[in-house]
Amino acid sequence: MAAQVITITSGKGGVGKTTTTANIGVALALLGKRVVCLDADIGLRNLDVVLGLENRIVYDVVDVIEGRCKLRQALIKDKRLSELHLLPASQKRDKSAVNSADLVRLCEELGAEHDFVLIDSAAGIEEGFRTALAPANGVIIVTNPEVSAVRDADRVIGLIEAAEKGPARLIVNRLKPGLVQRGDMLDTGDVLEILAVDLLGVVPEDEAVLISTNRGLPAALDEKSRAGQSFRNIARRLLGEEVPFETFREAPGLLQRLGRLFQSDGRSA
Amino acid sequence: MNLLSRLRGQRPPTSREIAKQRLQLVLVHDRSQISPGMLEMLKDEIIAVISKHIEIDKAGVQVTFSQNDRESRLMADIPLADGRHMRGPS
Repeated sequence: MAAQVITITSGKGGVGKTTTTANIGVALALLGKRVVCLDADIGLRNLDVVLGLENRIVYDVVDVIEGRCKLRQALIKDKRLSELHLLPASQKRDKSAVNSADLVRLCEELGAEHDFVLIDSAAGIEEGFRTALAPANGVIIVTNPEVSAVRDADRVIGLIEAAEKGPARLIVNRLKPGLVQRGDMLDTGDVLEILAVDLLGVVPEDEAVLISTNRGLPAALDEKSRAGQSFRNIARRLLGEEVPFETFREAPGLLQRLGRLFQSDGRSA
Repeated sequence: MNLLSRLRGQRPPTSREIAKQRLQLVLVHDRSQISPGMLEMLKDEIIAVISKHIEIDKAGVQVTFSQNDRESRLMADIPLADGRHMRGPS
């Protein structure tokens, strides 16, 4: 089977693209898949720190494209998972250092020796996004359940369809079940209804993500993390497994429930 | 909302509902690249064109977008005037 080349993008920055790319990469490698995570956010390199591989970088993607090294030399092998690799972005160059044709060629080469090529796109809808989209045969949109992120996701979905790279699949990241139940956050169903795309996964807000990122150990490695479990489920769905979507319920205490009955935020969803 | 208004069965919309409604509205315009102002202009022009031929209830005209998945549709609801008649050639 040809490699799945999947671009992870969002429109809006800060919704968790890089975290998502790293965690799906880890989760796929845990399932024995050969994975390369490619940081296409040239000039704003971050996938390396999220994966905890920042100290091993010698060459980057621009070095490969400009012929200063072989692809094999720039690939960094993960310290825990032998089937996981990172191709880091350049930190000192900008988006113009890599064009669509470069990236398509590179992904063809990477695809020959991997099952998955996960491309962490730059935010926005400009050059960096378009370049990251060029080699994709699948697209994942990451959004948060809030108005600006959903609006930008919609814009990006339109551009992906226009580029005939669709249908994109959606990950709703950083969902806060307690807020949804209180009626103060868009639920996954609301977001899906608005965006009219297929759902790939829902990832709850989870402090473990921040903590694991601090340590350079993606949450997908953490058996106990709820977000980590969601990322592992997403990986299984990417492999074609039918994994039911998680429903997150915050169990309120008795006092809380009594209080809600009398208070303005006490309506049921 | 307090217990009293809850018993009366009325409640203000939640911020979640407001967010959803606002998003749906703004995306209609984003997707079509037609601003609310342009929609008004369109409406006026449609009224003008149709009024040349048929008497219509101008105040009742509604020009809106409808959404079906990711397909947008421009809908014009144009009520005819009471006792309507086709205008003869002038």
